[in-house]
Amino acid sequence: MASTQLEVDGLTKRFGGFTALNRVTLHVKAGERFGLIGPNGSGKTTLINCVSGSLPADGGRILFEGREITGLPAHRRTRLGIVRSFQIPKPFVSMTVLENLDIPLEYAAHRRSDEADADAMEILSAIGLESKAHLRPAGLTQIEMRKLELARAMAARPKLLISDEAMAGLSSAEVDDILAILFRLNERGITIIMIEHIMRAVMRFSERIVVLDAGERIAEGTPEEIVRNPAVEKAYLGE
Amino acid sequence: MRRTGAVLLVGLAVVAAGIVVASLRVNPYLYFAGYVILQYVVIATAWNILGGYGGYVNFGTPAFFALGAYTAVFLIQTIRAPLPVLILAGGLVSALLGLGIGYLTLRLRGVFFSIATLALSIVLQTMIMNWEFVGGSRGLSVLRPSGPPFGSYVTFLFTVMVLLAVIAVTVARFIERSWIGRGLAALRDNEEAAECMGVPTLRLKLFATTVSGLLLGVAGAPFPYYVTFVEPNSAFAIDYAVNALAMPMIGGTTSWMGPVIGAVLLGTAQQLATVTISSEMNLFIVGVVLVAFVVLAPEGILGLVRRLRGR
Repeated sequence: MASTQLEVDGLTKRFGGFTALNRVTLHVKAGERFGLIGPNGSGKTTLINCVSGSLPADGGRILFEGREITGLPAHRRTRLGIVRSFQIPKPFVSMTVLENLDIPLEYAAHRRSDEADADAMEILSAIGLESKAHLRPAGLTQIEMRKLELARAMAARPKLLISDEAMAGLSSAEVDDILAILFRLNERGITIIMIEHIMRAVMRFSERIVVLDAGERIAEGTPEEIVRNPAVEKAYLGE
Repeated sequence: MRRTGAVLLVGLAVVAAGIVVASLRVNPYLYFAGYVILQYVVIATAWNILGGYGGYVNFGTPAFFALGAYTAVFLIQTIRAPLPVLILAGGLVSALLGLGIGYLTLRLRGVFFSIATLALSIVLQTMIMNWEFVGGSRGLSVLRPSGPPFGSYVTFLFTVMVLLAVIAVTVARFIERSWIGRGLAALRDNEEAAECMGVPTLRLKLFATTVSGLLLGVAGAPFPYYVTFVEPNSAFAIDYAVNALAMPMIGGTTSWMGPVIGAVLLGTAQQLATVTISSEMNLFIVGVVLVAFVVLAPEGILGLVRRLRGR
């Protein structure tokens, strides 16, 4: 039985009077493929923002590998191994694809700047972007942009990768392409939290799924259990 | 390492050339004009460390420049401190102000940060206008120390400004090529993504605002001896805010060379216009040139050159 890597304990986040997350608790095991789903506005991205440190939590605790990280700034969490990709790709637009990877290699993985390029190239060829290494992000297609987002996250040498809707808007073949990449990363021992609306992808990928609705955790289980859960059906389809 | 040595050599050569130029017996006005252009090299370079590398547009350049100048006035009035002390102190006080506005970036980004820096300039000017000890709104005459180390006092100040310009440009070049510069570029492109990729964005922003403030204060510290009459309207002149932004934009903001090119071109044009047309033409020229560049060459002269070479 693998040990718990990420522990979110009673996490609460409010925006003014609106409670985006209400005492959410979840445990993710090292090496796990973990799915996080829920209807629009259920708090998935807010939860990720709190875990990655982009937003401060209003209550509760977050532990990573047994260490409390609730108050750490985002860049420190990245260096510990919690790395996220963004729902809407946020590349460094003034840099080439290769230089985009050099930033996390240098800042998060502590590679020397003269070694970073070789590492970056290796990651790019693993993900199939090596021919675009010297292009600016503006010259990339939608799928290439998503791949860059993942490649840049990989460059930070994550132990836990949080993929925030990496497949939204992609074609079916492209979804398979990204899924294959995530499976390969997981085989290398990287824990993956996948947030996704494409059910086919989450159900195939995840070993365990947690469902959020209106900031509350409403279900947890294997994909089969989730599909059969009446509360989940209600959250998505209404009564 | 060898490149760093080469850069230091070039810097020394420029300073030496400055001393040679200062010892030539040409029209003294040329040194006056040269001083202003060099001062703008320092100002534009300093502004660019925050604005160009980090993407935080500072409209409050006059505040930092004048703080350097008024720190010098204060030290002249109290202890008649020598010029090197004035420069160090002016730089230090402005660096502290820079550190302060660095913390503003926690809450203010984009245009809101810029507005806050503009307000800062106005607040500081009002305070100085009500502080009689440094001349208040009427201003204050400053006596230059007798007997400069060499030449006349103006040629001496000219040489000092050559040295300061070399230091400023060297610092900017170093930042640009180091991990600091790469981190600043990342946070300029996307601050949230930079932070999530391990870049300590707050620390880098504080560094940039402090160094930028320091160099702006350094540029302002010799100002009292240069003009010999300091009053708030000239020390806080809007020209500094506009030029500090326009010069890097015209030259190109992503490289240390950009602000230098912009300051030399625009500074020279302004000095020529002051003599041949009128002193009011200065800002008009800046305005026209800036609009032209923003529309036709948003990446400045360096970007233009790069584009032409690329074809």
